[in-house]
Parts: sequence; C-alpha cells; structure tokens
Amino acid sequence: MLEIKNLHATVDGAEILKGIDLTINAGEVHAIMGPNGSGKSTLSYLLSGREGYEMTEGSVLFKGKELLDLEPEERAGEGLFLAFQYPVEIPGVPNTTFLKEAVNAVRKYRGESELDAMEFVKQLRAKTKELGVNPDFLKRAVNAGFSGGEKKRNEMLQMAMLEPSLCLLDETDSGLDIDALKAVAEGVNAMRGPERAMLVITHYQRLLTYIVPDKVHVLSKGRIVRSGGPELAQELEEKGYTESVEAA
Amino acid sequence: MAQEILSTDPYLARFNAAKAGLPGAGQSWLSELREQAAARFRDLGFPTQRHESWKYTPLKAMKGVSFAPAGGTGQSASLDRVPSLLAPLLPESQPPLRATLVGGAFRPDLSSLDGLPAGAKVEALGALLERDPGVLESWLGRIAAEGGDRGDQPLLALNTALFDDGLVIRLGRNVVLDRPLELTLLGPLGDEATQLHPRILIVLEEGAQATLLEHHFGYGDAPVFHNGVSEIALGANARLTHVKLQSAPASTFHFATTHVTQDRDSVYDSFTLNHGAALSRLETRVKLLGEGADCHLNGAYLLRDRQHGDITTAIDHRVPHCTSKEVVKGALDDRARGVFQGLIRVAPDAQKSDGRMLNKTLLLSDKAEIDTKPELEIFADDVQCAHGATAGEIDHHALFYLRSRGLPEARARSLMVEAFLTETVEELRAEALRPLLLERIRDWLGTRHDDTPGKGEQAA
Amino acid sequence: MAASVETVEQVQSLGERYKYGWSTDLEMETAPKGLNEDIIRFISAKKDEPEWMLEWRLKAYAHWQTMPEPKWAKVEHPPIDYQDVYYYAAPKLAEKPKSLDEVDPKLLETYEKLGIPLKEQEMLAGVAVDAVFDSVSVATTFKKKLSEVGVIFCSISEAIQDHPELVRKYLGSVVPYADNKHACLNTAVFTDGSFVYIPPGVRCPMELSTYFRINAENTGQFERTLIIADKGSYVSYLEGCTAPQRDENQLHAAVVELIALDDAEIKYSTVQNWYPGDEDGKGGIYNFVTKRGLCKGTNSKISWTQVETGSAITWKYPSCVLQGDNSVGEFYSIAITNNLQQADTGTKMIHLGKNTSSRIISKGISAGRSAQTYRGLVRMGGKAEQARNYTQCDSLLIGETCAAHTVPYIESKNRSARIEHEATTSRISEDQLFYCRQRGIGQEEAVALVVNGFCREVLQQLPMEFAVEAQKLVGISLEGSVG
Repeated sequence: MLEIKNLHATVDGAEILKGIDLTINAGEVHAIMGPNGSGKSTLSYLLSGREGYEMTEGSVLFKGKELLDLEPEERAGEGLFLAFQYPVEIPGVPNTTFLKEAVNAVRKYRGESELDAMEFVKQLRAKTKELGVNPDFLKRAVNAGFSGGEKKRNEMLQMAMLEPSLCLLDETDSGLDIDALKAVAEGVNAMRGPERAMLVITHYQRLLTYIVPDKVHVLSKGRIVRSGGPELAQELEEKGYTESVEAA
Repeated sequence: MAQEILSTDPYLARFNAAKAGLPGAGQSWLSELREQAAARFRDLGFPTQRHESWKYTPLKAMKGVSFAPAGGTGQSASLDRVPSLLAPLLPESQPPLRATLVGGAFRPDLSSLDGLPAGAKVEALGALLERDPGVLESWLGRIAAEGGDRGDQPLLALNTALFDDGLVIRLGRNVVLDRPLELTLLGPLGDEATQLHPRILIVLEEGAQATLLEHHFGYGDAPVFHNGVSEIALGANARLTHVKLQSAPASTFHFATTHVTQDRDSVYDSFTLNHGAALSRLETRVKLLGEGADCHLNGAYLLRDRQHGDITTAIDHRVPHCTSKEVVKGALDDRARGVFQGLIRVAPDAQKSDGRMLNKTLLLSDKAEIDTKPELEIFADDVQCAHGATAGEIDHHALFYLRSRGLPEARARSLMVEAFLTETVEELRAEALRPLLLERIRDWLGTRHDDTPGKGEQAA
Repeated sequence: MAASVETVEQVQSLGERYKYGWSTDLEMETAPKGLNEDIIRFISAKKDEPEWMLEWRLKAYAHWQTMPEPKWAKVEHPPIDYQDVYYYAAPKLAEKPKSLDEVDPKLLETYEKLGIPLKEQEMLAGVAVDAVFDSVSVATTFKKKLSEVGVIFCSISEAIQDHPELVRKYLGSVVPYADNKHACLNTAVFTDGSFVYIPPGVRCPMELSTYFRINAENTGQFERTLIIADKGSYVSYLEGCTAPQRDENQLHAAVVELIALDDAEIKYSTVQNWYPGDEDGKGGIYNFVTKRGLCKGTNSKISWTQVETGSAITWKYPSCVLQGDNSVGEFYSIAITNNLQQADTGTKMIHLGKNTSSRIISKGISAGRSAQTYRGLVRMGGKAEQARNYTQCDSLLIGETCAAHTVPYIESKNRSARIEHEATTSRISEDQLFYCRQRGIGQEEAVALVVNGFCREVLQQLPMEFAVEAQKLVGISLEGSVG
C-alpha cells in the first residue's frame, strides 16, 4: 500500500529525514517510535502534504502512485487520512457541515455519488453512536473549545466517516488521560481490517498496549535505526531510547 | 463651522526677526531646515479640530495670550521660588547623572555629568551648534522627517524654526550608562506669559544602552507655551528605557513631540505619566526600520479639574519581524478630558509584524470625558495585530466588597484606581523605576477631591 | 448545507464571476443628462409632487452646491462629474400599471432572472417585494394582504401622494438634508424608493423586501427609503441590489431613514451585490449611502445587518441614534472586498437615553488588491446613564497585496456608561486550510468554508431565506483570491 524508499526531506532548508525505507502492506499496522526531534512529525506532514516540507531524494508510492506529486486534498481522496497531533480549530464552521463537505469531496474524487443530506445524517448518527461520541459534537464548531480528548475523538469520528485506506496517527496519544486513550484506541481498532493499513506515530509505548502493531520501527535522527515486532516497543519502554538506539 | 484659529503671525514675525541670531545661523543646512519649517508652519497654521489627528484637542484656550520668547531667560532665572531644588528622583547610592534645562536653556550649574562613561556625551544643543554643528547635520530634523509629513505636525515645524537650545545626548558603540540619566526640565520661572521650543536629540549607536528619566515641572502662575521636540535614533541592538513625567503647573500648555527611529533588534521601552498642565499633548511617533526591533509605549494619564490631556502615538512597522506593544490607562476626575489616539501601521511587505494596543479609562466623575481612537492600518497579510479599548467607572461590586470589609469608600475607591493603574506600570520592564511611578500615582490619588455623596459640592 | 461546494460549481458553470452582469433592453424615458434646478423640477413634476416636496428638494440642491466632497474616508476615485449622469431613467409606460398583470413582461422576466419572481403564483412565500428599476418602483407584491393588517408598504412616490402626513412628519427627520454631501444630493434628486409604516401593536406578518436594480447606462440611482414602526410594532426588512456589468462607474447615493417608536423593533438587512468592477478595477458602482435609524421611543430597537460584497467603492455607515431610554442598537456586518474594490464602512452608535445598549460585530475580509476600512463611532452622551456598548471588529486578510484598516472613535461623557471595544487583524490561517484539505476539501472550498465560519455570527442574523444566498455570495466574492 505504502512504499517509502530512501526518503530524504528538509524543513526550512534543514535536512530532517535522512534516508527512510518503509513498506506497509494492506491489513498491517506499523508503529514508528522515536524521541523528540527524531523526525516523526516531519514524516506525517510530508506524507499528508503540508507546505514547507520538501522531499530532496527518494520516492513515496501510495497504491502505486507518486504520493508527493498530489495536492493534499487529492491524497485524502486517494485514501490517506492524517489524525493530527494538534487538531485545528475552525470557529464558526459546524462539525456536521465540515464533515459533509469532506465526505462528499472525497466521494466525488473517488467517482462515487455524493450523499444527500438525509443519507449523510443517517451515517453520521450511526458512526457517532458506534464511537460513543457525544452528539453535541456535531453542532459545535470544528474543534473550537474542545478539550484535548474531545479533539482526538473528533479525529476518530472523521476517520470513520472518511473510510481511508491508510491512516496516519500522529502522536494521537499525546496529552490524553487513560480513559480518552482507551476510547481512541477502540476507535482505531474498530477500523482495522484486511483492506486498511495504519501507521501509528508515537513517543510513548503506552498507546501500543491498546493498539497492538504488527511492526515497530525506531526513528532516530532522521533514520529508521531498528525494526521489530511488538516486543520492541516493550524493550524501548524498559531500556529507554538511548540504549535501544545504541544497541542498533 | 467657524473655528477659532490661533494666528501664526506673531510666530512668523518672531522667526524673521530672530533667525539671524539663532544658534547655528551660519550653517546653510540648518538655515535651510529652519526656513522650510517656517514655511511649513505658515502653510499648515496652528492645528485645528479639522486636522483629523487634532479632532479631540482644541487649542482655543491659548487664544488671545501673547507669549514672549523665553530666549536665555532661564540662564539667569532666580531659583528662589523653587523649593528643595532638584532632589534626585531615585534613591541611589551613587550621585545621580543629571542634565537640567531651565526655561529651555541648559544650566551647567544645575547639572552633574561628571560620572558619564567614556563615549557618552551630554551637551547643550545651543553650545554644540556654535562649536561643532557638523556632527548634528545628519540627525537634526532628519529623524523627525523619516516617514514623511502627513500634514498634521505644524508644532514640530514651529519648533524646528525657533529652537534655540536643548540637549544632545550621544552614546557611542556599546557604551552603557550604568545609572539613569535624569533630564530635569524646569519651566521658565518668570511672571510673564512665555513660549519655549526646546529640542532634544538622543543618538544611541549600535549596542549602546541607557535609561532616561525625563521630568517636566515648574512653578508659578504665568502661562507657558511649551513646544518641545525630541528626536531619538536607536542603532542596531541599542536599548533605551525612557520614562517621562509631565508634571507642569496648571497654567502651562504643554506640547511634546517625540520621534523615534529604531534600527534592527533595538528596544525602545517607554513609559509616560501625564498629569500636569492645563492642556497637554504628548505625541510619540516610532518608526521600526530594522528587523527585530521592539517598541513598548506604555503610559498613564491622571487628570482633574479642567485639565485636558492627550496622548497620541503612531507606531510604524516598516520592515518584517518587528513587535510593538502599547498599554495606556487613565483616570479622569472632575471636568477633565482625556484623549488617547493610537495608530499601528504595518507597511506593505512588513510581514510577521506583531502589534498590540490597549487603552482603558476610568471615569471618576460625572463631568469627565474620554475620547479614544485606537487605529490599525494594515498593508501586509501575515500579521497579528489587535487593539482593545474600554471606558467606564469603578466596578461597583468590587467597591462594595471592599467597603463590606470595613474600608471607607474614599479609600476603597483610591485602592481600586491604584490597582487599575498599577497594571500599566508593570508593563515597564525596568523594575527599578516602577516604585517612582507608583508613588506619583499614589500622591495623585491622595490629593483627590473627596467625591462621596454630599461632599462633592463646595458649600462656600 | 454544502454552500461553498455549490458556490464553486456555480461560478465555474457561469464562466464569469458576477452573475447579475447582464442588462435588459427596454424602451426608457430619461431626463436630459446633468443636474440643475430644471431637472429637479422635472423629477418633482413627473411625480406630481406637492409644493413642499419641491421646495425641500431645491433647498437641498442649493446647499449641495456649497458642500465640498467628503475627504476623510480611505477611498480613492477620480472626481465625480455630476453633470455626466442621468438623474431620471424609467421604463416607458403608457400608464402606471394597476396590477402586476399590466407590468411589462420584460420587467417581470428581469426580476425572475434575478431570482425575485413577482407574479402572484410564483412569489417568494412570506416575503413581500418592492421592485425598484433604475429610478422608479415597478411593482410591489402582497400589498393587499399587508393592508389587511394596516401595514403600508408602497413606493415612496405613492406614499407622498397617499400618506403625505406621515411622509411630511418623518422624511428628513433622521437624516437632515444637509447631513452630508451624498445625502444632500439624494434629497434633491431622489426618484423613488420604499415606504413602510407598521401601525401600533402590529407584528408585520411577512418579511418586507426591496430589490434595487440599476439597468440603464450612465444613470445614477438615488432611492429614498423611509420605515416607521409605530408603538409596539415589529418589522423585518431586506434590501437586495444588483447592476449590469458596465465599463463606466455608476453612482448610487441612497438615503434610508428608520424610526422606531416606543417598544417597536426594526430589523433591517442588506445583501449588497452591486457590480464591483472587473479584475482591473474597471467599472463598478460607487455606493455612497446614508443609513440611519432613530430609536425614538423607550424600549425600541433597531438592528442593522449587512453583507457587503459588491460595488467598486462602498461608503456606508448604518447608524443608530439611541434616544429613547432602554433602546437597543445593533450592527452586524460582513464586508468582503476583492480585486480592486474599496470599502470604508462601519457604524455610529449615538447613545443619548438612559440604559441604552448597542452591539457592533464587524467582520471584514480583504482579498486581492482591495482595501477595506472599518470606521465606527460609539458616543456616550452626558445623560446616557448606564449605557453599554460592545464592539468586536475582526479583519481577515487573504493575500499579501490587500489592506485592512480599523478606525474606531470612542467618546464617553458619562461615567456610568461602559464601553468595550476589541479588534483584531490577521491573515487566513494556513493551519485551518491545510486541515480542511487533508480531509479532502479543495483549496477554494476550504477558503469559503473558513471564511463562512469567520462570518457566522453575522450570517446567523439574516432572515433564513437570505442566509443561504449570502453564504454562497461569500464564496463567489472570494473566487480567484487564492492559489
């Protein structure tokens, strides 16, 4: 599904990613762990198309297409979803309006018919219930005045509605208490399936006890220095990054 | 709308009569500067309320008064009526650095400048113009002219035409004044109506650093037309803390125009306390010319009786990445009228500018008035600019709370006003100077007329 | 409501940005070009006006000639040649139509095309419309139904004939003829406009609306609107405006006066979409409008809502004079400028009575090379005990060549009055746009979405029927401003 080869990237002229190779197949969940400043967020922003992040070498293929040639909304249309570390507040725009615009834009990109208001609301209600999200969410402006946990749940709701094929979870666990963390993990786990891949980016092992990955990679100074199974996360937790990185 | 307009004639006549004798008259650049200024003043006339920036400050109270030029009278003025002359403003163990002007004329006998470090020069403007005028050519009138003339500064032009003394403060590269320099500006001490047009030039070269404590005051009942201009140039990374106390006597019409240019990474941190004079206007115009420049214009106005006090500021973000912050608060009692006008201008291409402005006023009496105009003029898109303004009276709930804890109403009120004004004093980053300002504020509050019901009207 | 998506589709399908840019070919009757006393007499005679009207007009004209052009607004335009304008242009009619059936079908078609059907069976449900075409009112719908409850809704020309006592009492009472140069010109030459009177205790059963259309070339439009809400009454009124796309600038100098008596409420909404000129600033309407409401009675309320997207130049300050104790004034505004448009707009809240309160919410969006100024005055008079004002004024910048200015004037002579004013200026957030795009929403739609969110507080004030339209207009107006 996602094939990253020798990826080098710069932010404001400084090289942050220095040769990343990573292949994720449909149905797999990968985790990238790493200390602050290792390039984790750069990777998620680069993949989703935020301005200011530039690939200087290498290639990123998503379902066989050069991902980085696409506009951000085209990547979303192709099925890439980024759950933001800091979901953005958009005052005055109701969540429902926002979701409907997004769902129909993505459906249109995929050549599917747009949902009418009735059908959309039906689906939205169902997902809201499934995820145990407070229905009040829908009337409120996108993320405006939401608590940290509410914002992350809202990300899960959007992910469920947009039905992406690759989910990037960027530090989704940061700042969450344990209940919110479990709720978010449940949302993610519910979406796991043979057609869908996930890349979980995190600083803490804690999240990975709830979302158990198939593979774990350690990112350090812009390179993947170790890869392994879920047990690697446990090792990192016990020994800390420094030792684990040196062991590589 | 018929406007009472002050006549420019006596001032132009004075210029024509005096110009050959003004200091630096032999310098063609200076003569030219003065001639142009006089012509500009003639064209513009005295400000009227038809000038947008003078909308709220009429000069009609000055009409009909004939002000004689102070000239050098300050040199010989008797100091008999000045009590406890010139006690230092700050309690310091070191002898203070001080430069004194009386009636606009420099008084070496009342100044103490021996402790200045090498590379720091504080001189009388008049004397310097006679001795070494060349060093002033690239500064005098140039700092004020930076950014053009919007046609609303006739008083600046009048000063340029007529100034005959003042101060020049120059700090060379990386020169640091280790204690505040007090600028003591004592009004003319005569019994005649007097006009004076002092000029101050302050140049801080790269990396220089200083604190100025400028104090305007005077004695006597004679009307005074004070029309001062200061020009301040801050080099790269220079840092100036500038505190101004305007405490002129009640018979004074006090106008002060300050122009500041800031080179990259320089800091101008100013605080103005405006509580003197019958009519005052303190106008500050800052031009941020180098990236990273940072400007703080804070202040307070405390006015009572029929005082009229105007604080007008303009901060011009000319290049990217500059910051400015302005917090000005005031308390107005009796029939006083306060005016605050603030402009933040962001030029095209001055991206990443950050400008904030806040003006708050407490009205302490039924007849007091505030006019405020916080203005943004933005020609670049990647900016964060904001302003806020409030006007109103003391919070009744808080007042009641204090009284219910046993404080008499008058005390409760002055505590509330003090707390309100303290916020702006705390904006001044030079902490050592805050007590001085707070003390002035407390003094003012302590002499406030008691306005508890039933006591407001004077029985006699 | 996927308004922004529809918007973009609409714009693309139209192939041009201003969808009201066409004109109607009609046989017109015009007065000769230029302005002099004879023209004013001609207009007055054409309308068969009483002598007092003519006298008032001539007095205004004489005064107008002595007034200089106002210079304080931050707008720039070449001097206006007042002699190069037609002051009267009307579709030629054999006789004034007695019912809609007699109105020229071409006119009906015009309004239909503008989305304002005037024929009985197609009329917008719940909205009565007065259609003003160039200088004259051509039709007013639902007149009968309104008259059943005593509401008078007709053209001002008719009102001068049929209700002279009301007109004489109130016309010019809020905006005196000498108020400002543009209002003075309007007083001298106004040709038509709407008149509304709501009798005591009546809640007007439907939205009232006037649709202004400038059609003829080189013609100025000078309409005059007068709305009187008698004691305890309520009315909601909406005004819409469009004009054909023409290369020369056309002058529109209207005056609107509102009077609310005790316990009455007037809600006045405007969706102003005059032709703004093209991308290079060629053509477009000069919109110089004086709108003022007088809260004359105690507990009265006047609320202005405006969505200003059109015109080459807008000069407009819908104001409230809060004379009655406890009266309330509101101003909700969205102003969008793009390309080379200029707008200097805002409000005045003059607090005279006790316990009066006012609220100002202004949202300005500048894009392209446009310049916009919010100019507002809040004045607390000496007797405005316990008066309150709250002002929030936000500007959004899109693109590095636009400009946004904020010029508030705050004056208080009453210590118990409380004023709070806040203003911000910033650019449209890259983070918000990226967030939307990551969810699949295209750049243009993302801008429309974010801007609609920014304006929401004001959009919510509009009557339902027009809120959706206004929301679309926001998207259309910003077309081409990004990327």
